[in-house]
Amino acid sequence: MNAANSTPVHDDRRTTVVARMLRDPRSVLGTVAVVLVVVPAVVGPHLATRDPEEFAGAPLLGPAAGHLLGTDILGRDVLTRLLAGGQTFIIQGALATLIGVTLGAGVGIAMAMLSRRASELLLSVNDTFIVIPQILVSLLVITRFGATPPVLVAVVALSHVAHTARVARAATSHVASSDYVLAAAGIGLSRRRIAAHELLPNVLPVLLVELGVRLAASFVLLASLNFLGFGSSGLEWGRMIEENKGGLAVQPLAVMAPVLVMAVFLIGMNLVRDGASRALAARSAR
Amino acid sequence: MLKEKTTRGRARTRREASTGWPARLVLRRLITAAAILLVVSLVVFFLTQALPGDVVHQILGQTATDEQIARLRAELGLDRPLVAQYLDWFSGILRLDFGTSLTSGTPVADLVGDRMAATLVLVAVTAAILLPVAFTLGTLAARRPGGVLDHLVSGAATVLLSLPEFVVGILLVLLLATNIWPVLPPTSVVSGNQRVWDDPRLMVLPVLTLVLTAMPYLTESVKTAVRDELASDHIRWARLSGIGERRILLRHALPNAVGPSLQVSAMTLTYLLGGTVTIEVVFAYPGLGSALVSAVADRDVTVVQGIVMVVAALSLLLYLLVDLLGALAAPRSKGRAG
Repeated sequence: MNAANSTPVHDDRRTTVVARMLRDPRSVLGTVAVVLVVVPAVVGPHLATRDPEEFAGAPLLGPAAGHLLGTDILGRDVLTRLLAGGQTFIIQGALATLIGVTLGAGVGIAMAMLSRRASELLLSVNDTFIVIPQILVSLLVITRFGATPPVLVAVVALSHVAHTARVARAATSHVASSDYVLAAAGIGLSRRRIAAHELLPNVLPVLLVELGVRLAASFVLLASLNFLGFGSSGLEWGRMIEENKGGLAVQPLAVMAPVLVMAVFLIGMNLVRDGASRALAARSAR
Repeated sequence: MLKEKTTRGRARTRREASTGWPARLVLRRLITAAAILLVVSLVVFFLTQALPGDVVHQILGQTATDEQIARLRAELGLDRPLVAQYLDWFSGILRLDFGTSLTSGTPVADLVGDRMAATLVLVAVTAAILLPVAFTLGTLAARRPGGVLDHLVSGAATVLLSLPEFVVGILLVLLLATNIWPVLPPTSVVSGNQRVWDDPRLMVLPVLTLVLTAMPYLTESVKTAVRDELASDHIRWARLSGIGERRILLRHALPNAVGPSLQVSAMTLTYLLGGTVTIEVVFAYPGLGSALVSAVADRDVTVVQGIVMVVAALSLLLYLLVDLLGALAAPRSKGRAG
């Protein structure tokens, strides 16, 4: 009975969240910023007229006709490398977020459904991983397995599990003690049915906000790992920054171009995320 | 993501405050810390040494000589049962014996010692600047919600919190060391026996970067805590009784906001330790972080294990220290403990 009338309510809510965000200039600005970076990054490799590893001139040249953003520390075209470097970075970050948040949500919901004692014990183990700087765990795994694409996705995904589990557990416990879930349990619905039809739809908005938070965190961690020299293609924006920082005084564009692209992308993503949380909060306050 | 931690910290303070005197609180925290370190050591060991697959070939690569392979096997004790390997390694760590570096052959403990001092100085100087500034800014911004300072703090938070630490570092280098106004050295490289703190100029940029990246979140938290306090019933009563606004802020609101804010400060300090990893690489700062990154690149497992354990222990210790201060400083726990 609850599932039947909760579906239309849910859809109505979702449209108002989007509508709210469309009226919020900060969310719109953020969306434009993200699109401005993601579209060229995805189609970029197909637009490029030369190979990103090809030498285009002398090292650290300023902008000129053949190379609009100048050349890097080895004499390769900065614009070509900038266009080539986004794709793997964005795909790896997005994939890691999806995997990490899904795992974390699973762990969190499972924790919430256990007995109070078991749940608190697991929570304290879980919290251990929150206190330890995430980059340490990532570096440990990379030491053992090398910075291949699956390893990078795995370490970034792993960095989200503890946080998301904590958030998902709190949200689930909150919903689980609500009247309609108690009522559903009262009329004898199975645990699995309650989890799928009552808990999940109501925990989902919280998880969507968490997904936004984690998405930004994924890119920050991934960029930092790339910057430290642990990337899978050698073309990532973080890697470009690291390679060319020695030539900063001579050819600042080789560093500033990837820095600016990354800044626009990340700040835009945070604006969208904050806008989404505001819209969700306004909806639940209604 | 940090927001839930604050509330968790607050809830725990209240619960433990009611269990009694400070010594017991300290003991509880120490036991928790020991348990966490044990878990961390298991994770470190599991990830580097106990996972299935031939560690030796993965570390040394295809070009390894038989002699290198034999040495690494002996170094890690790979021919023995896993449990014995772990106990050996862990008991070594308790005696501050982290084994020898696989690439240079020097004891890991020697390598860690100097580096640790440099990293701790970096974190300490950062904290000494960060904490007073963040508390002052946060309190001032809380006095006028919606005011200029409030907006400025939130705006800076959106920008700075979005960026990885290394990007902030690079921007500062561009601004103050190479292109726009070159007044500071772009790297913190030291020569010979020189310590990095012998020349304060070497520390300015790394410290500034860390302060800037950690500041927004702490300031925002202090602001929220003070603002909540200012809106509470007892402050309203104090206002109604005619107590001056300045006195209300300093004597009534701030002391209550310090407890929860110190919990956030504790998180901030562990965040700083994590942040030093990339910052030290940006500035070639001779600390634990840059040593860790080159050890990872060289796949020097014993050095990586040692540094990760040391940094994890340090971040726990810092966290506990400030967390305890927060628990003890909160007026609520003082009241109930007495």
